[in-house]
Amino acid sequence: MKETHPEKQAIDKNRYARQSAGFLVLKACVLSVVLSLIVLIGFIVIKGMGALNIDFFIKFPENGMSEGGIFPAIMGTFLLSTGAILFALPLGVLTAVWLTEYSTSMKMVRLLRIGINSLAGVPSIVFGLFGLAFLVKFMQFGVSLLSGIVVLGIMVLPTVIVTAEEALLSVPKSFKEASLALGATRWETMYKVILPNAISGILTGVILGIGRAAGETAPIMFTAATFFTVKLPDSLFSEVMALPYHIYALMTEGSQAGQMEIAYGTALVLLMLVLAVNAAAIAIRIKARRGRKW
Amino acid sequence: MERHFDEELEALKKNILKMASMVDDAVHKSVESLVDMDIEMAEKLIEDDQIIDLLEVQIDRQCLELLAKRQPLAVDLRFITSLQKINNDLERIGDLAINVAHASIYLSKHPPLKPLVDIPKMEEETRKMLRQAVSAIVEKNPAAAREICLKDSEIDSLYVQVFREILTYMMEDNNNIKRGIRLILVAKHIERMADHVTNIAEDVVYMLEGKTIKHHIDV
Amino acid sequence: MVENTLSIKAVDFNFYYGSHHALKNINLDVMKNKVMAMIGPSGCGKSTFLRSINRMNDLIEGTQAKGALLFGGMDVNEKSVDVTRLRREVGMVFQKPNPFPKSIFENVAYGLRVNRLFNGRDDLNVKVEQSLREAGLWDEVKDNLNKNAYDLSGGQQQRLCIARALVIRPEVILMDEPTASLDPISTAKIEELIQELKKNYTIIIVTHNMQQAARVADNTAFFMLGELVEYGETSKIFTKPDKKITEDYITGRFG
Repeated sequence: MKETHPEKQAIDKNRYARQSAGFLVLKACVLSVVLSLIVLIGFIVIKGMGALNIDFFIKFPENGMSEGGIFPAIMGTFLLSTGAILFALPLGVLTAVWLTEYSTSMKMVRLLRIGINSLAGVPSIVFGLFGLAFLVKFMQFGVSLLSGIVVLGIMVLPTVIVTAEEALLSVPKSFKEASLALGATRWETMYKVILPNAISGILTGVILGIGRAAGETAPIMFTAATFFTVKLPDSLFSEVMALPYHIYALMTEGSQAGQMEIAYGTALVLLMLVLAVNAAAIAIRIKARRGRKW
Repeated sequence: MERHFDEELEALKKNILKMASMVDDAVHKSVESLVDMDIEMAEKLIEDDQIIDLLEVQIDRQCLELLAKRQPLAVDLRFITSLQKINNDLERIGDLAINVAHASIYLSKHPPLKPLVDIPKMEEETRKMLRQAVSAIVEKNPAAAREICLKDSEIDSLYVQVFREILTYMMEDNNNIKRGIRLILVAKHIERMADHVTNIAEDVVYMLEGKTIKHHIDV
Repeated sequence: MVENTLSIKAVDFNFYYGSHHALKNINLDVMKNKVMAMIGPSGCGKSTFLRSINRMNDLIEGTQAKGALLFGGMDVNEKSVDVTRLRREVGMVFQKPNPFPKSIFENVAYGLRVNRLFNGRDDLNVKVEQSLREAGLWDEVKDNLNKNAYDLSGGQQQRLCIARALVIRPEVILMDEPTASLDPISTAKIEELIQELKKNYTIIIVTHNMQQAARVADNTAFFMLGELVEYGETSKIFTKPDKKITEDYITGRFG
């Protein structure tokens, strides 16, 4: 190595010092993010752990919601998010197919994209109000499972469309060309080649949508959720309990001693549910990536 | 676009021109040694043939290398493959000059049969053809090359003339036969040289125009 | 095999990408059971011409064809031409091997399935095997037909793609730089295969490799700036082309 001038050595030292300082700042940022996550989860876990037991999952609320379980809320959230996905999946995937493959006018596509992005940006309370005005009142669905499903479905639609579109576009163009060159129609190419290869990506989007739908309070507040019910919903037009709304109700209305602990327990269940759903999405994505060979 | 390949082709061409000039010189000296009855010159010529042979091998290797390395097409392909053949013909002419030198050593040890007129004339014409072929390569002039092919018949008729003349000498006196046959062979060698020059001229036409004129086949 | 039967004929064929005039007044005959190579600098129109024959250019927006491109006596751009039928008659092999991420068997079977060109499982098996044999791949894959196509080497994948194209018995096979991404040995195998295939098919190949065109093609077309500069027997084009510009291109003086 060439001998370096002492003055130059000093400058070099300075450069390294600045680099170390920069790293320190970056590390601090990351640490604070991780810390707040740990504190949040830790707080919920510690506060909510006490409420968790088998009965908590399978029993109805008792004694003015100060005792018992949250079974109807779990069921309600399950039904609402599953329903929302069943509503949004075909609609979203087919829209994505049309957007990527069949649309002939670029202008139209751009307009639709703006629409979809706007839909994603609408505050959730606005969805709630829309549901109340249009579904509950105008369509006369009432405060019901159906209204909640439709509102949540519309709300997760952008997520489903965008992820499905991405998944469809990630299928190499060369597959499409190969299929068309063999005399397949565009539709055959779509359902025999492109969709099967995009399915894992679409699924990931859908599951992330479920996670989102499960955690929302505002859209279901006026459209589907009820404060308390003694029975499970028996039709699409029944009111339901839901986890996020249950927490809300306990925190705002309750004054009895056990309610706080139940609220934290419910929050913990909801948190675990959403984390599990996200983990499932990640697992599917990893598995798909590993299996992909092209 | 400037190609490095062009430099390699140029080097190859230079070697062929060098080969041609050495062969031309050998042909000239072989007949000169015959006319001057210069044994020393003839012996030197035979010795120097090695140099021509070495150059031939070198050119051959150069061509093969270029074919393998560059995989030439079209004009480049014709250029290299034609030079390969021309190289071969030149070497054959060189060998024939050596044959003439051997004859000249024998004949120089004996009294001359007759004054030599037509044989030097054949030699001169043949070398003219050879030089014209070389300049046709340098100037890229296929017309000049075509002309050469027509001249071959002049050499042929000169050969017939020499043959008849020497035949009469041999018929007159048995003692003339040994020297007579040697002289006829010299004339035959020069006639063969002219045939090789004609081949060269035909290759030059193919090289420049991509047309085969050999054996009067015009494709 | 009938000598010198016409397979494809272009008559004053023009092609536009929007306002870009990509092919200008192309007139060219492709004979049956011959290999025709198209050479020329990038963007010269050779691939555009290739993709015009099976109308793969339809995938691009704003294209327009003028003049005639005749195949089987019909203009391929005629309204009445069913493009899926056209593509069944005119197969294609692409620059990069592009098997479907399915099994080897299903890759070959695909064309038969979508076009409903088989009669029961046995017939399907027979036809798949036959194509794999034709593509010179059968011996290498016969024990692994259910393996994913992407477990094959690049050269094998390309031969699989050829088998996939052969299975529906096209008349013409278009090859768009089929060995561009392959090693020399795989390339040699594909070239051997092309010689074999021309007994039963007409082959049109785009290549950037001059020596490849010289090796495999009966006829060669030189394209430049959207024009067909020279078209003739390969041996002629590569030893004594008529046009100076062709010679300059194939000897590497430009391009």
